[in-house]
Formats: sequence, C-alpha cells, structure tokens
Amino acid sequence: MSHDNISDDKLPDAHAASEGHGLPAVADDPFADPGLPAHEPRRTDIDERAAQRAERQVSLLFVTSMLATVGFIASYVAIKPDKLVFIFPLGHVSALNFALGMTLAVALFCIGAGAVHWARTLMSDVEMPAERHPIEADDEVRADVIQQFKTGAAESGFGRRKMIRNTMIGSMAMVPLAGVVLLRDLGPLPEKKLDHTGWIEATPTAPIRLVNMNTDEPMKAEDLAIGSLTFAKPGPSASRPNGLQDSDEDFQQAIAKDALMLVRIQPQDLKDEKSSALGFEGVLAYSKICTHVGCPISLYEQQTHHALCPCHQSTFDLSDGARVIFGPAGHPLPQLKITTDTEGYLVATQDFTVPVGPSFWERSA
Amino acid sequence: MKKLSARRRHPLAALVVLLFALAITGGLYAAFAPAEKAQADSSAQSLAIDEGKRLFAVGCSSCHGLNGEGSADGPSLVGVGSAAVDFQVGTGRMPAQQPGAQIPAKRNIYSQSDIDQMAAFVASLGPGPVTPTSEQYTSTETDAISKGGDLFRTNCAQCHNFAGAGGALTQGKYAPSLEGVSAKHIYEAMQTGPQSMPVFPEGTMPEKQKQEIVAFVRYQANEAPNPGGLTLGSLGPVTEGLFGWIFGLGVLIAVAIWVAAHTTKAKKS
Repeated sequence: MSHDNISDDKLPDAHAASEGHGLPAVADDPFADPGLPAHEPRRTDIDERAAQRAERQVSLLFVTSMLATVGFIASYVAIKPDKLVFIFPLGHVSALNFALGMTLAVALFCIGAGAVHWARTLMSDVEMPAERHPIEADDEVRADVIQQFKTGAAESGFGRRKMIRNTMIGSMAMVPLAGVVLLRDLGPLPEKKLDHTGWIEATPTAPIRLVNMNTDEPMKAEDLAIGSLTFAKPGPSASRPNGLQDSDEDFQQAIAKDALMLVRIQPQDLKDEKSSALGFEGVLAYSKICTHVGCPISLYEQQTHHALCPCHQSTFDLSDGARVIFGPAGHPLPQLKITTDTEGYLVATQDFTVPVGPSFWERSA
Repeated sequence: MKKLSARRRHPLAALVVLLFALAITGGLYAAFAPAEKAQADSSAQSLAIDEGKRLFAVGCSSCHGLNGEGSADGPSLVGVGSAAVDFQVGTGRMPAQQPGAQIPAKRNIYSQSDIDQMAAFVASLGPGPVTPTSEQYTSTETDAISKGGDLFRTNCAQCHNFAGAGGALTQGKYAPSLEGVSAKHIYEAMQTGPQSMPVFPEGTMPEKQKQEIVAFVRYQANEAPNPGGLTLGSLGPVTEGLFGWIFGLGVLIAVAIWVAAHTTKAKKS
C-alpha cells in the first residue's frame, strides 16, 4: 500500500514535532515521566483528497445500511414463509429467515462500520490529557450547604413539631401496603390444591381406572410386559365422566399433577416391600413429576430400573420405592396405590399419600 | 533411499512414521480379525434352527451359554424372541466387542440369512416377539407422520431427543441417535426393549402406533426440512449457545483486532 505513505516533505516538520510537549523535560532524571508520544497526523488530516475519499466511504456504508433495511422490508413482504432454498454450507434453509437475517445483519454492521471508519479517519484524534480533580468540595461550599440544610430544617419545623414528623413517616411507610394488597389479584390462593391430585376422587367403592396415554383405553396388568414403560392418566370419575381429556379446559393443570409412569418389574427384583405392596404383581405406578422442581421425568432404564430427570440429573431407583440415588431431588417419587377391579383393569383406590412434585413451605410430608 | 534418510530428522518425521505404523496395524487387524470367520454357508434354509445353533455356538455361546441359558457375562435368551436377535445382530450390537456400560452399534458382520437362522434358533428356546414383516412396520396412512410425532414426543423424546438425536442416561449409558436406523430395527427396538430401553408391548402400544412412530422417525431423520439452517446436532440451546459464544464473539474480537492493527496515521510506524 505504497500510495498510503505520503512523502516526507508533505508531513509537518518531523524535527519540530519531536520537540513537542510530550518529551522528557529533564534528560538527567532516569525515572522522569516520558509523557505522551508526539502527535502524529493522519493521512486524512493533511490530504484533503483523502479526507473526501474517507467521507465518501463512510457515506457509502451508511447508504448500504439503508439499502439493506429496504431489502429487509422487501424480503418480509415478498418471500413466502414456507419457501426453502439450498445455501452452502447451511443446507436447505427457509429463504425468508435467511433473507431477513442477512439484510438486518448488513444494515446493523454497516452502521457500526461507518461509525468506526468515521471516528478513525475524520473525527479529531488529538490526544488531550485531562487532569483529575479532587471529588470533595472545598470547605467553604460544604459549610454553605450544611448551613442551608439547617436553615431549611429549622424553618419547616421538622425537628420541633414531632407529631407532624411522626405522622409523615407513618403515612409514607403505609402507602406501599396498597401495592402489596393488589398482589392478591395475581390469582386464587393455592389452598390445599398442592396436597392432592385428580386421583383424590378414587375410593375403594368408586375406584378410578388408569388410562393409557397412547391409546386412551384402560389397561390390564397383562398388557404391561416386564420392562415396559407406559404413561397413564385418570379415567372416568364422578367429576369427569369421560376421564381426563386433552380437550378439557384445565387439562394442563390436571395432567401436571395426575401424570403417572407405569413400569413393570420382576417381583423378585423389588427391594422395597412397602412399594411392592402399593403395586400390583410388579406393576408400579409412580408420579411422573420430579420432586426437585417438577420436570416430567421418564428417562427410564429397564435394566437398572433407574429413572433419570433430564433437568438436573436426579436419579430414582424405581425398584426401591423410587429412592433418590443421585442428584438434588429431596424426596422419592410419590407412588400411587393400584389394584385391579372386577373386570381386571388397573385402578387406583386412593390418592397419593404425599403431595406430588416439588417441595413447598406447607408440605405436610 | 538417501533422500529419505536425509529427512529422518525432519520435525514431522515422527508423525509420518506413526501414521504408517497405525495404518499397517489397522490393515493387519482388518485382514485377520476373527469376526470374519463367523461366516457360514446358508444353503440349508430348511434346517435353519440347526444352522442357527451352530452359528450361535461360535458367535454367542461364550457369554449366553451353549443353549442360550445365560451366564455371568450375558443374560438368558430364553423368551427374547427372534425380533431381539434380528435387532441386536442386525445393528451390529451383538456379538459384543467388550463388556461395558452400554454395547454400541457397529458394522454388522453376518448376512441376513445367518441372522435369520440364529433368530430361528433363539426363538425355538421360548416364545417371544417375532421379527416383524414389512407390512407391520410400514404405514400406509397419510397422517401417520403427524400422529407418530405426537406419540414420539410422549413416549420416546425424553431419551432420544425431540429430533431423535439421542442423549445421555445414567452412569455412562446413553440413548443412541435414531438417524440412519432402518424402519425394521426401530420397530424391533420398541417390541423388545434392547439394553436400557423399556419395552413398548402390543398391549400398551398397538402395531399401528408403532408404525406411526417409525414413519415419523424415518421422516425426521431423512426428509424433514430444517428451515433453521445448521442443526448443530439438534441438541438445543447448549450447542447453539456454544456456537454463538465461540464463533459469534470470536468474529467480533477478530474484527476489533483487525481494526486496531491498521493505523490511519500518515506515517506508518
């Protein structure tokens, strides 16, 4: 880039520059502040043609940005959202996404690049030392301010009329309570909702069938092979004659507590007698909701009987009453007591005995 | 030769020698690996069980016992059915190279007729899931892919990832990627529950639903368009964030360094 170098005769006198303010004042002192190096002019400072070229370059960048913005709007209008194009190395991508991303990137980049180029070539780059000042005001100003404050306090009677002062503090402390009360409008109180699930309607006289999430049919124990994993929801009950359905208005709230993970383990592999008794011939029904922060947990390994939570790696041993064997969960997964009805379908006859999902303050068990 | 010896002290000489040594070792292993000897003639289809028993004795019995009764090294194969054999051998998982947290898929060394013979022998040990026919795992319904997507997200995505890219399980085990897995093997995996995977029996997931899942997985792995461009392994925000931090910030830093390295001063120092 030889044309960027300007012949020495066009530069300001090099000798004069070296005697500028920046050089050490006392040559004898080896620790003297060397000061700033002498200011060097830029090509655009001394060559008007270069300055005009830089100006055009900056303007070109800004104009490019404008065109890219126009391109962004045009792409949004013109390109159909489902159009795919092949672009190396991205593969088949949405033409609209690609066009919007590229035009917006160009528009923003050119504004930045133009600003940087402008600052580097045309704005002043003369070094300017700025001395630091003490932060503290001088004594006279301080005394004056303190005097004014005291005068104000005395004139308002703030210190003398204590009743006014105390009631004012009281009123200001009370006002935020109005906002606190409004928080009540965030929703109904949870009351005892966290303590029970949709299975609470199950009783020994009116059991609720376990319904397969895949087929929407009740299941018999023989449908579940050893080593199988099935997800289940509550079947018909008094309040839901068709069972829990996706179309129910409160489906998401209900399934967040009622979801079951059914596994079948060889009865001789079960290590916990209490858990084994809650199941039916090795079929165990556990809550699908992790007791740590409530992620749906169903990464089940049929050989080790481990269930792993994908969020924080809590691991439960489903053959041992869903004991926590790793991770941050504080409780075993709650287990639902199941049996079969007269037709042989798997049913629940009672709710979970402990609240499902993560711990909460008033958790009873 | 003189030319070669003159360069023996070149900094890269050791690397070149190492590469040659590795290539020769690998080549010799490939040529003499014992696995190749397990090939047997498959002329006697009518005596499939006898032939299968012979193949079983060579390739499987050291862990699973001469009659598939199992040992300390391998589980009993009584009642696993022909589908389990077709999956395990067909995907190259069996015969296993070495014990470990999980037996990985590798190149299958048996012909399909060998596998069928072994499957016939193992099926003769006790009733179990039968190798599916192509009508069983091929869906003809037009809405199979979308229904299969629903079922996949309910039953499979927790381990195999929303795009079938696989994921980690406990203690070194993992759910493998489903990319490139044949329709038959996907169906058999659901039927038999290989290794850590649970079984999805006919009683809880009927054949039609398995077909739909197969259709979805095959579509996801082969045809599904990816409007977002680079999938970065379909692993979600982890790889995307890493890519953003390393490449995005890396480019910004490189540009900043480039700008600062180019002075605008008239006199270049």
